[in-house]
Amino acid sequence: MNIHEYQSKTLFREAGIPVPEGSLALSVREAVSAYESLGGGTVAVKAQVHTGGRGKAGGVKLAHSAEEVEQAAEAILGMDIKGHTVRRLWIEQGSDIQREAYLSVILDRSDKSIGFIASSEGGMEIEQVAEDTPEKILRFGSTDYTFPEDEARKAAGELFGGEGADGVLDVMRKLFTLFVEKDLQLAEVNPLVLTGDGKVVALDGKIMVDDNALMRQTDLEKLRDEKEENPAEIEAREKGLAFIQLDGDIGCMVNGAGLAMATMDMIHMHGGSPANFLDVGGSSNPEKVVHAFRLILAGGKVKAVLINIFGGITRCDDIATGILKAFETMDIDVPVVVRLTGTNAEEGRALLKDSDLIPAATFAEAVKKTIALGKGENA
Amino acid sequence: MSILIDEHTKVLVQGITGRDGAFHAGQMIEYGTNVVGGVTPGKGGQEKHGKPVFNSVQEAKDAVGVDATVIYVPAKFAKAAVQEAIDAEVPLIVCITEGIPVNDMVSLYHQVREKGLKMIGPNCPGLINPGKSKIGIMPGSICIPGKVGVISRSGTLTYEIVHALTGLGIGQSTCVGIGGDPIVGSGFTDILAEFEQDPETEAVVLIGEIGGDEEEKTAAYIKENVDTPCFAYIVGSSAPEGKRMGHAGAIVSGSGGTAASKQAAFRDAGVPVADSIDQMAELVADRFGKG
Repeated sequence: MNIHEYQSKTLFREAGIPVPEGSLALSVREAVSAYESLGGGTVAVKAQVHTGGRGKAGGVKLAHSAEEVEQAAEAILGMDIKGHTVRRLWIEQGSDIQREAYLSVILDRSDKSIGFIASSEGGMEIEQVAEDTPEKILRFGSTDYTFPEDEARKAAGELFGGEGADGVLDVMRKLFTLFVEKDLQLAEVNPLVLTGDGKVVALDGKIMVDDNALMRQTDLEKLRDEKEENPAEIEAREKGLAFIQLDGDIGCMVNGAGLAMATMDMIHMHGGSPANFLDVGGSSNPEKVVHAFRLILAGGKVKAVLINIFGGITRCDDIATGILKAFETMDIDVPVVVRLTGTNAEEGRALLKDSDLIPAATFAEAVKKTIALGKGENA
Repeated sequence: MSILIDEHTKVLVQGITGRDGAFHAGQMIEYGTNVVGGVTPGKGGQEKHGKPVFNSVQEAKDAVGVDATVIYVPAKFAKAAVQEAIDAEVPLIVCITEGIPVNDMVSLYHQVREKGLKMIGPNCPGLINPGKSKIGIMPGSICIPGKVGVISRSGTLTYEIVHALTGLGIGQSTCVGIGGDPIVGSGFTDILAEFEQDPETEAVVLIGEIGGDEEEKTAAYIKENVDTPCFAYIVGSSAPEGKRMGHAGAIVSGSGGTAASKQAAFRDAGVPVADSIDQMAELVADRFGKG
């Protein structure tokens, strides 16, 4: 789960990491009163959306007066940044930036560690720095949740050429603790800045929370911004289905994440375009099948549906029964192709024989049939 | 021969009195797995499927001896269950549980290695040595004994490839589902090293997916260390960037973790890359003949 910059900074502040003073605004009027409550001067008006590249898109503007804040807020609110509509603004006191650096804590899949990435090159995308000047990236980590003191001290001394080393080390220690305690996947400060009066401040903040940990991080769940998420995906999460909305017109209902991806790939390979990723799990529960159909058909774009099931422990005849029950309770007016393989597949196919469902013997045949039917051709 | 387990392996079931644990313990026993007991804290002294239930892994180990343990406990308690198995030094720990907080695995991963133990999973279907023993949830009915090793990050795709191979009469030596999480106890290379040592495994099929760099590392490892012919298939080429595709580990971030990069790495290592399950089974059949 992603959270907004201002939410990340609130977590930073609670963890003792210095951040600029700021205030949330949901309207132009609130932006102006936020400016006044900050005591005037120079502020940054920043779009709060779950995507990068806000600056480039014009979603971050400096303002020096109430009028300028008003103009900036008017321009930014409602703006579309990479498909995200700006609904929230963060009005933040300007900082006297002397130097910029990069600092993040990540889950390092490769080293199986909680890793630090630090660089004296701040304010730009770290992927770009890694490509252009890999020698400017420092990496170290921990495999037992203890702060890697010695390496951190060494890195802290290099970020601002020796200046502010104590402040950097302090931020590193607190960022690490925050990461471990809150079960984060990413805690990124870009840029971390050294101000004119020698302070080390987190000027931006990006946090990704581990979805698997939300069961025990109930405070973080409250930071979820559902407006940033696809409504169908929210509903799917509530129903316990793994669902992702895509752009195509072939609906997919599959058991298993791997097979669901393989199904999408296969649809592409045969010239079609999947409308969604959907893992219904091993369950033959008809309720789940009904929910899955609702999600798939919700947008009205889907022209045909492919049900691709591998019966393992779950038997295909149970799944077929579930599908039939779902059909009894719903009106489904697009062609639905079903491929059942594995345990009790023949019994499952026999159950579907007298229904409107279109059987397919193999994965490839099912994909080709569904694409053809979606185009209005006879399969 | 086979890797990791055989019909003699003494298997303990952590969570044996829970719904999933009880069901799959029954399935394992029916398949021929040597299940010696189970663990549910507070339920020691009871019996399940005619096997003794213990309060702790250590207690079970002392009483009946344990070579491997399989964990079916809910995600909230999985870290503690794995830790208990590590502390009792069970040589093989198989964790089926899905949804474990990812950071929990960091320390467990390193502890397992430091103690010289082995771990499969979490978020995996387990492993099967066809005709002899299975640990986990794989359906035994689709497997036949043979000479092809299977390693996969995905459960259902493991079943798909096994089904396709079996359909062509090609048997399997051992099938291992390594799990779909960002950090798993054993990666492709760990299992490949086992297959490389197994005289009866004559080919290995690898099923990877988007996310991370495990497949790229595996390709480099094959180039240097593996003589057994390998075949690869990668899913997720049509997945959008930045979206977690069901598995916590299956996510493309920036230019990293794409299917294209993984396919290229395998091709570069001389590993044939299939573009579907059926094609992969056919590649194996072309090379070794049908059964």
